[in-house]
Amino acid sequence: MKIRILTAGAAALALMAGLAGCASGGGEAPVSTDASKPYAGTTLKYWATNQGPSLDADAEILQPELDKFEEQTGIKVDLEVIPWSDMTNNTLAAAVSGQGPDVVNIGNTNATTLNTTGAFLPFEGADLEAIGGKDKFIESAWQSTGPEGVPPTSLPLYSQVYGLFYNKALFEDAGLEPPTTWEELVAAAKAITNPDTGTWGIVAPAGTVNVAMHIQYIFAAQAGGSPFDKDGNPDFETAANVEGVRQYLDLMSKDHVMNPSNAQFSDGGQATTEFAGGKIGMYMAQTGNVAGLRSNGMDTDQYGVVPIPAPKGGDPVGSFIAGTNISIFKNTKHKEAALEFVKFMTSEEESEILNKAFGTLPPVVGVPASAYADDPELMDMWTQILSENAIPMSQVPTVSAYQANVGGGVVGLFGQAATGTEITDDAIKAMLAEAQQKMATS
Amino acid sequence: MSSTLVELEAVATVPRTPASGAQKPRRKRLAWGRITPYLLILPAILFELLVHVIPMVVGVWMSFIQLTQFYITNWLSAPFVGFDNFKIALDFTNPLGAQLAQSFGLTLVFTILTVGFSWLFGMAASIVLQRKFRGRGLLRTLFLIPYAIPAYAGIITWKFILQRDTGLLNELLVNNLHVVNDAPFWLIGDNAFWSLVIVSVWQQWPFAFLMTMAGMQGIPEELYEAAAIDGASVWQQMRHITLGMMRPINSVLLLLLFLWTFREFNTPFVLFGARPADSANLLVVNIYQSSFIQWNFGLGAAMSVLLMLFLIIVAALWALWNRKVQRDA
Repeated sequence: MKIRILTAGAAALALMAGLAGCASGGGEAPVSTDASKPYAGTTLKYWATNQGPSLDADAEILQPELDKFEEQTGIKVDLEVIPWSDMTNNTLAAAVSGQGPDVVNIGNTNATTLNTTGAFLPFEGADLEAIGGKDKFIESAWQSTGPEGVPPTSLPLYSQVYGLFYNKALFEDAGLEPPTTWEELVAAAKAITNPDTGTWGIVAPAGTVNVAMHIQYIFAAQAGGSPFDKDGNPDFETAANVEGVRQYLDLMSKDHVMNPSNAQFSDGGQATTEFAGGKIGMYMAQTGNVAGLRSNGMDTDQYGVVPIPAPKGGDPVGSFIAGTNISIFKNTKHKEAALEFVKFMTSEEESEILNKAFGTLPPVVGVPASAYADDPELMDMWTQILSENAIPMSQVPTVSAYQANVGGGVVGLFGQAATGTEITDDAIKAMLAEAQQKMATS
Repeated sequence: MSSTLVELEAVATVPRTPASGAQKPRRKRLAWGRITPYLLILPAILFELLVHVIPMVVGVWMSFIQLTQFYITNWLSAPFVGFDNFKIALDFTNPLGAQLAQSFGLTLVFTILTVGFSWLFGMAASIVLQRKFRGRGLLRTLFLIPYAIPAYAGIITWKFILQRDTGLLNELLVNNLHVVNDAPFWLIGDNAFWSLVIVSVWQQWPFAFLMTMAGMQGIPEELYEAAAIDGASVWQQMRHITLGMMRPINSVLLLLLFLWTFREFNTPFVLFGARPADSANLLVVNIYQSSFIQWNFGLGAAMSVLLMLFLIIVAALWALWNRKVQRDA
């Protein structure tokens, strides 16, 4: 793509934005005489995020449910599954142009940022009631929809938390117990690592910007800090934030328990495949990776999950409340049909079916996590992490910029560590200072 | 030309003696003749406006507003900030400005290397393939393959080749030839720059080959024969005849390659993703980051305008130089 195309795209978006401003944003009149299916014949466009092992697998999981929705309501849903790497850009372009889908999934870390764009329908009043009200969602999941007091523009669909997956066979062979402190984790990783046989203590998608941000956020919280101050302003250059980066980087640069090649893993799928290969001791990953591991031939009896441990004396934070939310574009011409669809997707029945298929946790009250029906131990662990070890992500508008700047900076440092550069605290501080300065323009 | 022909035809078919009744059709046909060329060119003008002029104007306007996430659904409400975006882009003590300057220098070196090698390989291949020999057609086809392959498919193949653990290149260097013990990285660190140059040259040189081959076919064989009779060496023939006669083609070719390469986005983006190594952070990728990753489209637009100005200056300098060369020739 040349600069001309970028500029052309921007102009087209500008023109479309102008046109979009003229479009109707209100609810549509019923289009069917059938009172039980007032919006029959409407077609909704839906962008779903890639939750499972592949785009095709996701489509295969979702399509029968969308067919069911069409049968119930007469509303057809055109599905497109979008990889995470394209989702933010696509959503952004759709927000600018007004030419996107009617309904879209978003990562809940972006919920507040996207809320501030004004591109999405706020769920309040009659619109919130139309989908079943706030009380249908569990409290922790609701917290991930945006700051308190601001009507959310996205609703929880799939909930996840981070956990430490460990390979039971490798731990057993080395006579190790699952770690309860960070120091134990590093010691176990060292005991397992043997580069000559391609066996490594831990794997991470070290080239992935959003994961780098997630891990930094969790580790900074373990050290008692946050990337934002109480007023929501970026405050990256604190000791806790430096610690949050150093703890992650040390796995590769100081402790040498992570294959330097991990620095090239620019999406989580590569790390999941590596772990499923059976020669990796541990993997810090979200709940939904259970589905990815299964599709790579690794069943739940081959690994265990414990909370990501904190260093001795640190706060026992092992995750933030992660997950995927669902939004309606404000300029949709099919608002009522879209609300019906969101109500359907967040209904008890669909929440159970979809979260089971994707290995995620249902955010709807009273819905069992059926993905773990045969594995109560794993279910208990996810529940424990969610209730005892997970904190909400900072609900500030610049979270996406924090992800880009700090997450991107950590990925850059991993690149340097992999190619032999020693990463000092000064280098981390310089990266964080630079990220903080860049935030001023966001 | 078509206008003149139509007009002549119109004049020829109209009676010389003016008559009030005959005036009307004559005028009508003449007017039609005049507007035909404009009508023919109208679609091109409309598309030129749509694809080039309007986006450029919008881009320039964007560079003067604070177009962040808070205003992307209503651009008209974005505050006017004058030259602030340009000040940030050109403030080299600020990380964004410093990165822009660093990526500008990097892009310049990358462009010079890519254009230089592409031109050199293109010329060399054209010279070799001027002589008839068995398999010449096959070689020509082979050489043009990188140009025929869709860019994305070609670059993604290179990405597989350059992987550290599973890539073909390291398999060759480490396991087959045993040139190095520790598998090097090709997609991160300093090597990423050289990977970028190699993949770009692989993509660009067939165009240089195509252009130079076409140019060389226009050089009469008699010139070489006469020079050989006069005792000119092969090198002298190449310098004075081949390069001399090719000068107009080469000057256009080098300008085009420079402009295309300086704006290169596909190769680094597909090869390294949105967060390339510092050694491969080309200017347009940097601008993309400022726009789409930072969600600051005003700043990205300001950087794009600066890039456009630079390329206009390059093209203008080239035009001046070219005029001088033509005058001196």
